This record gives sequence, C-alpha cells and structure tokens, in this order.
Amino acid sequence: MTTQVNSDNLVAINNLTFKRGERVIYDDISLVIPKGKVTAIMGPSGIGKTTLLRLIGGQIRPESGQILFAGKDIPKLSRKELYETRKRMSMLFQSGALFTDMSVYDNIAFPIREHSNLPEAIIEKIVLMKLEAVGLRGARDLQPNELSGGMARRVALARSIALDPELILYDEPFAGQDPISMGVIVRLIRSLSDALGLTSVVVSHDVPEVMSIADYIYIIAEQKIIGQGTPEQIRQDDSALVKQFVQGQADGPVPFHFPAPSYQQELVKGVAIDALANVTQGNK
Amino acid sequence: MKDMMSKKVELMVGFFVALGIAALLMLSLKVANSGISGNGDSYNLLAKFDNIGGLKVRSPIKVGGVVVGRVSDISLDNEDYTPVVTLKIYKEYSSFSEATSVAILTSGLLGEQYVGLQPGFMDDSLETLQPGDYIEDTKPALVLEELIGQFLFSQGSGDE
Amino acid sequence: MQQLQLLGKNTLALVSGLGRAVIVLLSALLHTPNPRKGLPLLFAQLYSVGVMSLVIIVVSGGFIGMVLALQGYTILVGYGAEASLGPMVALSLLRELGPVVSALLFAGRAGSALTAEIGLMKATEQLSSLEMMAVDPLRRVIAPRFWAGFISLPLLAAIFSMVGIFGAHLVGVDWLGVDGGTFWSVMQDQVDFNKDILNGIIKSVVFAFVITWIAVYKGYDCEPTSEGISRATTATVVQSSLLVLALDFILTALMFAS
Repeated sequence: MTTQVNSDNLVAINNLTFKRGERVIYDDISLVIPKGKVTAIMGPSGIGKTTLLRLIGGQIRPESGQILFAGKDIPKLSRKELYETRKRMSMLFQSGALFTDMSVYDNIAFPIREHSNLPEAIIEKIVLMKLEAVGLRGARDLQPNELSGGMARRVALARSIALDPELILYDEPFAGQDPISMGVIVRLIRSLSDALGLTSVVVSHDVPEVMSIADYIYIIAEQKIIGQGTPEQIRQDDSALVKQFVQGQADGPVPFHFPAPSYQQELVKGVAIDALANVTQGNK
Repeated sequence: MKDMMSKKVELMVGFFVALGIAALLMLSLKVANSGISGNGDSYNLLAKFDNIGGLKVRSPIKVGGVVVGRVSDISLDNEDYTPVVTLKIYKEYSSFSEATSVAILTSGLLGEQYVGLQPGFMDDSLETLQPGDYIEDTKPALVLEELIGQFLFSQGSGDE
Repeated sequence: MQQLQLLGKNTLALVSGLGRAVIVLLSALLHTPNPRKGLPLLFAQLYSVGVMSLVIIVVSGGFIGMVLALQGYTILVGYGAEASLGPMVALSLLRELGPVVSALLFAGRAGSALTAEIGLMKATEQLSSLEMMAVDPLRRVIAPRFWAGFISLPLLAAIFSMVGIFGAHLVGVDWLGVDGGTFWSVMQDQVDFNKDILNGIIKSVVFAFVITWIAVYKGYDCEPTSEGISRATTATVVQSSLLVLALDFILTALMFAS
C-alpha cells in the first residue's frame, strides 16, 4: 500500500523500516498525514510512537523508506536543509522541555529571537498573543519550576506555535494530566487546528481523548499498522487487535503475559512434584 | 528585573576578568621583575676567568650587594681555552675604571653564585671601561675540592 | 579468546568515543560566531563557570600559599636560607601548584557542573527541543560553555598563584619574620617571566582545554537517565583529573627538563 505524494498530504511515509539495534520497531509501514487535519497515532506503550515523531523531525534516520515532508525526503536532506525544514514544524515534548534557565516569557520568545531579527516590541506582542491563546498571559514572569505540569505543557504549546509552524507533532500530550488540564489541552489542539489550519500529529494511548479530537487515526502494534480510519470507523473495526486496544481489554491478541516459558514448567522446575502440577491444573 | 540580572552578571564577569588580568600583570611585574626590565639599556663587558664554578647565564652582577647587571653569555675562548663571561651592565653604571676587578662569589654557604664587581680607584692616568673591553683583574670561583686539596697540601708541608 | 574479544570491544568503544568527542568539539566550534547572540551567552557561562569558581580558588590558593610558606620556612631555616622562601613559594605556585591545583578544583567545581547541566538538559529533552526548533544545541549550548571554561581556567590559575603568594607573604613575612624586602627581591631575582610564568599559563591553557572538552562531551554524550548523568559527572571529574596530572608530567618534562 504505497501512498503517493499528494498535495493534500503534508507528510507521507512510504515503506518505512526502522530498527533499534536488533529490535525491529517498524516493519515496512506507510501512512499519510493530511494537511490541516488532526491525525492520531495510537498504540500500546513501548512500540515506538515517539520514535515516529523523531523520524519525521529528522532526529533519527530510518533503516529504509521515505519520509516526505512537503515533498522533501527528510532522511536524505543535508544538515542545513534539515534545519531549514525544521523551521516549518515543531514538536511538543512529553515533558514540555521548557528551558529551565529562562522565564516563561523568554521561553516563548526564544524561537522568535533565534530565527528572526524582529524588534523586541514586536516579539513581545507575538509572545503575549501566544500566551493568550493558551490562557497563561498572567504567567509570563514565572520560571518553569513554578509551573504545574499542565501549565508547563501549555507554555510549551505556546512556544511550539511561536513561529506559526505548518506541522505540530504532539508527543503524548495527555499523559499524566489531571482531567481539567486534559480537557484544556484537548480543546487547544482542536482549536489550533481549526483556527490556524495547522496540521497536527498526536501520538497517544489515551483512547477517549484521541477519539474526541482526531480526524483520522492510525493504530500501530507489533511493528505494523493494524488499523486506520476515522474515529467512527475505528469503533466499528472488526479486527480483534483493534477492538482489544480501543476497549482496553487486558488480554487478547496482544497477550497479557510477556512471552515466557510455560508457567507450569517453570514452577515445577527441579522440584518435579506432580501434586503441584495438579494444583495449578485444578486452578485453571 | 531581567535587565538587573544581566547587569549583575556582566558586572561580576567584568570583575572576574579584570581580577584575572590583574593577577597575571602582578605576577609578571612584581614576582618576575627580571624578564621585562632586563631588556633595558645596557652595555657589555668581558672577563676571563680560570674557573667559573657554578656561574650561570642570568646570574646577577653586584657591586657591594647592589645588582648592576646580569651575566648574558658564557663561552670558552678559542685560543687559550679559558672561560669568557659576558657581563651585561645597566647603562646607568657606565663609568667603571680600568682598575676594576671582578670575582665569582657565592651568596651564603649554599646560595647561588654571582659576579662581584670591585670598582677600582679613579685616576687621570686610568680610563673608564668601554663596551666590549676586557676586565683584566679577575678572581676565579672558589671550588671546594681545590680548597680542601690546598688545605691538605699545606697541612702536609707544615709537618715537615 | 574471550579476553581478546573484550580487548577488541573496549578498543573499539574507546576509539568511537574519541571520534564522537572530536566531532562534538569540531561541530561546536567550527562556525562563524554571531557576536550579537553569542556574547550574552558567553557572558552567562563565564559567570557560572568562572565567577562561581572564584571563592574556592581564592580560599584554596590562600591556604596553599600559607602552608607552603610554613613548610618551606621550617626546612629552609635549618640551612639559614630563609631568604629563599619567596622564590621557593613563587616557583612552586607558578610552575606546578597554581595550574595543577586550580585545574583539579576547576574539574570538581565547574567541570562536574557543566556535565550535569548538559546531561540534565538532554534528559529533559531540552536539547532535542532545540534541535526541533532548528537551533543547533552544539552551537547554542556546547560552544559557549566550552569557551567559558577555556577562558576561565587560566585566569583562575593566575588568581590562585597571586593569592597564594600573598598567603605565603602573610605567613612568612608577617608571622615568621622573614624580611619583606628580601622576600620580594629574591623572588624577583629568581623568577623568570618566560620560563616560569609563561609556562605556567601554557599549562593552564592546556588543562582548560582538556577539562572543558571532557565536561561538555560527557554531558552531551551521557545516557539521559539519572544514573547516566551521575555516571557522566563522575567520569568527568575522574578522567579530567587523571588527564591533568598525566599531562602535567609530560608538559613539565618538555618545559623544564633541558
């Protein structure tokens, strides 16, 4: 299922394979991120969803395959071209990744100061605008260590939209948030996408939040894309794997148990008491 | 608020760098005087010694304990194979008479060796030493082994 | 067989580590600096690397000078040579103790802080975040820290020696009664600018280069976890201290052995 470069797609990933050491993270996957939409990448923890964002950002290189951003193949870009391209995207890290030695204001002003020669008066207006958008204009003089987790993430969001990027990559934006700040962030992601026409990629495993904001969802498990579609299509999906993930069942195609030798065998190892075997048998 | 902070940082950094440079300057000027002032105006006199002992280039030249110059070169005369010491004397001490004598002396029992100048009397019949002149009256360094040898020798002759 | 394989593995790890360290340094330093943005960054780092190390340098310099004077005096007075106290203290400080001890203190005070700070920035994704903002962390984070360390240490070493000489003056002249004029003049007689002061400065410049290089590289290359950072910080102090002592021997052999 090779996807073609299409003017409606900001990012297209074709036949991507990525390994970490010997371990295969992605095995020949392909997906597209449509322009101006919120696309969610879901899947169980530890399958490398964040890795996908780093691949799109060019921080790591895949084994093989194309990652096209606006028609440019990210892994093939020179360093300089890559840095040029990165100015058009931004990433919201799970931890927020605010610069701890700067105030909230300076954090948001940082990318503007780095990439433009705007006078300070204009920078201030932009920063205040971005802070207003996340509802934290009153927190401009605080230091990052004075912010709660939810506020830090909102400040980081304000920083990542400071240069009006075309693409925002959200890494687990809902993880570890209380219900209120979760609601705030859900609303922000949706409204940024609607109001500014931003293309968003949300990596998450919080099913209800993703279902409520995503236009299109990919579910990744076991190195492959196991399901995709609009939230409605995902809910209707017949695949046992998708069902297990969406409904949050403990056991299913993704087994509850980490692969291990037979429990029975391991318990009786070296003891060889039939009685014990019978007991475990009986418990089943 | 932010300006205050950066002003303080700049001030402290300025203080730090100034202190560092001041330390370097003090080390160069107060601790090691010779390196810089040694290049001042001076002229050379020469002296032949039978033995220079432990005299080294840069050893001080003193008149009655006052440093008037430094040894700038030590070499061996090509013809008679005696050591020739070049004495670099500061310009302000430029009128030593021909009767001046030099000796290689030791400061203290274990101290460094230096050149002691003994200015001779001034007389109309005597001229002052010109740059490049040889000082004729020289006393070699005392070498302990020779001294002991002489002492033993004189002891032995005293017995007879 | 296994030992041979282990040797090979360790050699490869060492070589690739060295290679990465060289790459980090070169890509941090080989670019045209932008004075408008670079100078404030350098100043901020000079503050945290240099100014913040001043107290420890001044205090230790003072005490070392005082101890040198006390020890030197008791030895020299036995030969009636206490007039040589000045040059003894000055030469010890300028040639060896100033550059070496201030380098060791600097590795412990500033080097470890540099590694921990950069490592923490890596662990909290601040470095990644810079990369994604199209700002090269090597230039933005590593380069100013490297230059700050490189500039600070020679200045700190000079301050150390100066304070040490005053400390020795306090003990030798003011307390033990060595003549003050003799103390300075014999020192001036014996201390040579090129041989003693310049060589001391060259030593501390070399040490500064080595320590800050190790410190920024260990931070940048560390494993972004708490254990990784603590391992990297320890490695910075241990490796730079050992390297300083080894290099000191080599430099001394080159400079003073005729």
